[in-house]
Amino acid sequence: MPGTDAFDLRRYLRNDTRSAGVWIALVALILFGLARYENFGGAYNIVSFLNYNSLFIIISIGMCFVIMTGGIDLSVGSVAAFTSVVAAYLSPYGLEVALPGGVLAGIAFGAINAFCIIAMRIPPFIATLATMLAAKGGALVISGAQTISVDWGSNFTKLGMEKAFNILPWSIVIVALVAVALWIVLEHTSLGRTVLAIGGSEDASNLMGLKVTRAKAFVYLLSGGCAGLAGVFLASGFGAGQPLEGIGWELSAIASVVVGGTLLTGGLGSVPATVAGALLLGLVFNVLNFENGRGTISLSAYWQMVIRGGFLFVVILLQTRIGPSQKEVG
Amino acid sequence: MSDNTMTSDKHGAPMNQQSVVRLLRNNGGIVALLIILAFNALFTPNFLQVQTLFVNISQVATIAIVAIGMTVVIATAGIDLSVGAVMALAGALAPLIFQSEFGTAYPVLGLIIAFAVPLLVAALCGLFNGVLISYLNVQPIITTLILFISGRGIAQVLTNGNLQTFSNPSFSYIGTGKILGLPFQGWLALLLACIVYWIVTRTIFGRYLLAVGGNERAAKLSGAPVRTVKIGAYVICAFLSGIAGLIVVAINSASDAARNGNLMELDAIAAAVVGGALLQGGRAPIFGAILGAVIIQLVKYTLLANGVEDEVALIAKAMIIVLAVYVQQARKE
Amino acid sequence: MAPSLIQKTERVVQSLVTMKTIDKAFSGVPALRSAELEIVPGEVHALIGQNGAGKSTLIKILTGVYRKDSGDIRLRGEPAMISSPGEAQKSGIATIYQELNLVPLRTVTENVIMGYEPKMLGGLINWRAAHRHTREILSRFGIDIDVKAPLGSYSTAIQQLVAIARAVSLDASLVIMDEPTSSLDDREVDILFGVVRELKNSGVSVLYVSHFLDELFRICDRVTTMRDGQTVGTRKLTDTTKLELIADMLGRNIEEIEAAGMTDFGGAERQLGETLLEAKGVATGPRLHEFDLTVRRGEIVGLGGLLGSGRTEAARALFGVDALTKGEIRLKGTTWKPGNPSDAIQDGIGLLTEDRKAEGIVPDMSVRENMTLALLPKLTRNGQIQTGRERELVESFIRALGIKTANMDQPIRELSGGNQQKVLLARWLATEPDLLILDEPTRGVDVGAKLEIQAIIRSYVERGFGVVLISSEFEELVEGADRIVVLQDGYSVTTLQNPGVTEDMLVRAIAHHHEAGHA
Repeated sequence: MPGTDAFDLRRYLRNDTRSAGVWIALVALILFGLARYENFGGAYNIVSFLNYNSLFIIISIGMCFVIMTGGIDLSVGSVAAFTSVVAAYLSPYGLEVALPGGVLAGIAFGAINAFCIIAMRIPPFIATLATMLAAKGGALVISGAQTISVDWGSNFTKLGMEKAFNILPWSIVIVALVAVALWIVLEHTSLGRTVLAIGGSEDASNLMGLKVTRAKAFVYLLSGGCAGLAGVFLASGFGAGQPLEGIGWELSAIASVVVGGTLLTGGLGSVPATVAGALLLGLVFNVLNFENGRGTISLSAYWQMVIRGGFLFVVILLQTRIGPSQKEVG
Repeated sequence: MSDNTMTSDKHGAPMNQQSVVRLLRNNGGIVALLIILAFNALFTPNFLQVQTLFVNISQVATIAIVAIGMTVVIATAGIDLSVGAVMALAGALAPLIFQSEFGTAYPVLGLIIAFAVPLLVAALCGLFNGVLISYLNVQPIITTLILFISGRGIAQVLTNGNLQTFSNPSFSYIGTGKILGLPFQGWLALLLACIVYWIVTRTIFGRYLLAVGGNERAAKLSGAPVRTVKIGAYVICAFLSGIAGLIVVAINSASDAARNGNLMELDAIAAAVVGGALLQGGRAPIFGAILGAVIIQLVKYTLLANGVEDEVALIAKAMIIVLAVYVQQARKE
Repeated sequence: MAPSLIQKTERVVQSLVTMKTIDKAFSGVPALRSAELEIVPGEVHALIGQNGAGKSTLIKILTGVYRKDSGDIRLRGEPAMISSPGEAQKSGIATIYQELNLVPLRTVTENVIMGYEPKMLGGLINWRAAHRHTREILSRFGIDIDVKAPLGSYSTAIQQLVAIARAVSLDASLVIMDEPTSSLDDREVDILFGVVRELKNSGVSVLYVSHFLDELFRICDRVTTMRDGQTVGTRKLTDTTKLELIADMLGRNIEEIEAAGMTDFGGAERQLGETLLEAKGVATGPRLHEFDLTVRRGEIVGLGGLLGSGRTEAARALFGVDALTKGEIRLKGTTWKPGNPSDAIQDGIGLLTEDRKAEGIVPDMSVRENMTLALLPKLTRNGQIQTGRERELVESFIRALGIKTANMDQPIRELSGGNQQKVLLARWLATEPDLLILDEPTRGVDVGAKLEIQAIIRSYVERGFGVVLISSEFEELVEGADRIVVLQDGYSVTTLQNPGVTEDMLVRAIAHHHEAGHA
């Protein structure tokens, strides 16, 4: 449980506005953007924004499941980089092969994490830190430390360009479908509820006779798979496997999850709010880009990292502040 | 005093059965080291040369210095992922200062400030980590993840992402100088290890450090200032990381914010754990961290010298970490 | 064993649980010796006994947490092999632990239905049915709450009832309650008892573990008493007095206790110094309501009372661990507001905690480091520990207290319990506190070490310091304390003055109903 000795769980739980903040902030920022920038609401901006952020949304959802069990997955960025290379190599065989291939490669890393954490009982952050390293090394090895160009002749690159039913690019549709599917898993299946129960209290979950091991394995496989999918999008969107990408992605994902009201210690969480969190973080950068374009500010690309860290910092402050401050009010 | 021998164990142990086990535990690292040395002596060309020693000492020093700090943090049952970023930040600041107008106008003063300010900033990073962890009860992994990313970002913003090259022999001494024929930073690492060892074994702070890590409730009920001690641990770790960052810059006569200290957190954690630090806290084998750093460095060197790619070495390192923690966990049970 | 105490009940129904001649030892130390327990369907059966009497071991064997070494367990007459908590659940035994085994962050419904959720077509959870099911069970208990709200948003009492609801919905035929009322207020206790009666009416048996004896008479049908790993006997509560139960628990003779008057104290006034500490009307959490205490220099004041009477809470209040909600403490003549342990130490108070492992020793540290932990500020010059002085001091304490250790640098975890305790005692003696609070200083310590520790405490007060001595052992209090303040349910109810106090008098004072004391 988070917070200080004074943390009042009862009051914290009664407060239903936990994840309302992210929605309010999201709407406010969208209105701000619409009012201030001419092209903000244009189809081009919306599609390219969603296209780019679909990576982060998918990784954040996987991370959300891991964090809900009280764990953490620091390997997502490297794993995505690895699978982008895998997908690029598989691209000549078409999307039908490259997409599942990339996702499977991600799941394989998830399996390594799950094995280390569950069977070897290594703390999640150490295990996933090691996998981060291994995936990074692996990506460099199989790519020869080069970006691997995809086969432009195959249908692989259409993932981010060709529109499903002439509305949205396939990548966005896929992310939306995955998000909805996982939302249902979380809210309406025993597996999803077990994930939350584990984060609330692993001992109690065991004593209740829940399938704890299965659920823990599931979240790491899922997170790996999500990172794998993100890698596929990365390769498809940029036309190349990027062995050096993915740095700091875990931070973005963690921030998105937390801003969506998920407790870092697990037990509480929501898929839609996590998606909103990822969109919010993306929107902050989108707005900054517009400001850069207007010349009001001039931020180099390096600010991205600083802003990501600052964003997480603010979110953490908010999360730990909610408990005590409300106690004073009551 | 009899318990003063510089073993990596904090107890001068009597020779009963349990201490033999403990001795073996320490020697596990030494045995590993001997095996690596023997392997290299047999199979690695040109291993038994002074040049090899130099290369390894100058490279192991930075790992060792950060690993000492990491050991102190791990002693409180914490972790610090931000060490590499703090290195980059400190390393970016120093050339900015001594290459500034002020620094070129007053070279001596500029040089002093070029050491003082980066280290102060590094210590402030530690303060930031420590306060968040001890007062807001945020988990160490998450807290230090903030600086892990944005610390390097700040360094890149400060340098605009440029590689800062320079020629400043006085500054570069900390990375290229030699004392008694051996690299300066090797001596520095040894000196710092002795100081931190002294802090851990001889001062009230050190005693509280181990008590807080060993049993936080008991320490609190015995009057230990738990929060201050935790903050102190993160400040020490960040300060040492700052020193390591300066050394790397001095070695290269260039500061690259993108690469300085990259993945150092992994090397440092690995070295600390291989050296006998317990992730559960309560133990601070400072010289064990040095031993761990030497092993990590030699593994890296061995792989490189035998034609194994740099990237594969990453995978090897990942396996060492997992294995070391696994062995430790198994021992605990 | 006192077979005469066992009253055979007329058995018309087959018993639900029969445990016979149960033996269990932990690494050679017997915890249960031929223990017995019999529960019939639809009865509320109490299980009582002092700390270490074997209650929890017996329950853990019944619920599959431990395995018995030998003996016979039958469920509904059939031999039962219960090897895991899951199996116990399947055979209809549900346990409501003190530390609730529920997930506070999740909703009431989830806590009731997790693991056997009602499903719809396609395997999805049928939430509508789940909520309805949960509401139905809770309404049987007369509770109407929002089942979609997180469990943690409700009081402990409601959470316990939800745990019971889970047990009931799992078709439990025996519900074991371990100290269910220890953190409930009076109104919540009434609600809980209503539920217990409801369970009983629907044919479910309840095994009720509690150290609040008054409660047993309100709710239980029969009571089994344990002492030293053995079953003393089973009584019908309607034919039993509280004094008899206490006599059973303590292994004392009922006539002697009754003979012991409460008028026979007084005796020679001791030469006592100034008043050291005065606590008036001190209250902290739900377990300390009104506590008065005066300690003068040169005296040992005992705190007597059954488990859960508020002794430990009183000690924590005086040491600044728990904040006061009411009352006032005066220390050496001035008002004292305890802030945290380190302030208390600076102002001359020491607390030897009850839980040696969790709150006392730092296991990996040496004897020396453990001993000087509280003294460090005084041993330090310019931040550096003066190791010479430290070693001298430790050496002298090792000698004075007769601590058996290979040398002062041996890790404390390698020492025996008694020696660990002496090191911790030395930790506090070394700081020379004006007031030393000792919470169960001789628990888990062998007889020799115990006598030594008692002698050390006596010689400490003779130097003009004050000691507060908390102990579950009446003998220790009667022999060791100059005065004994008796606590009941968080109230200090009476004071016995030595010399002249006998154990039987103390038992009587503790057993005496306290209503008059604080009403």
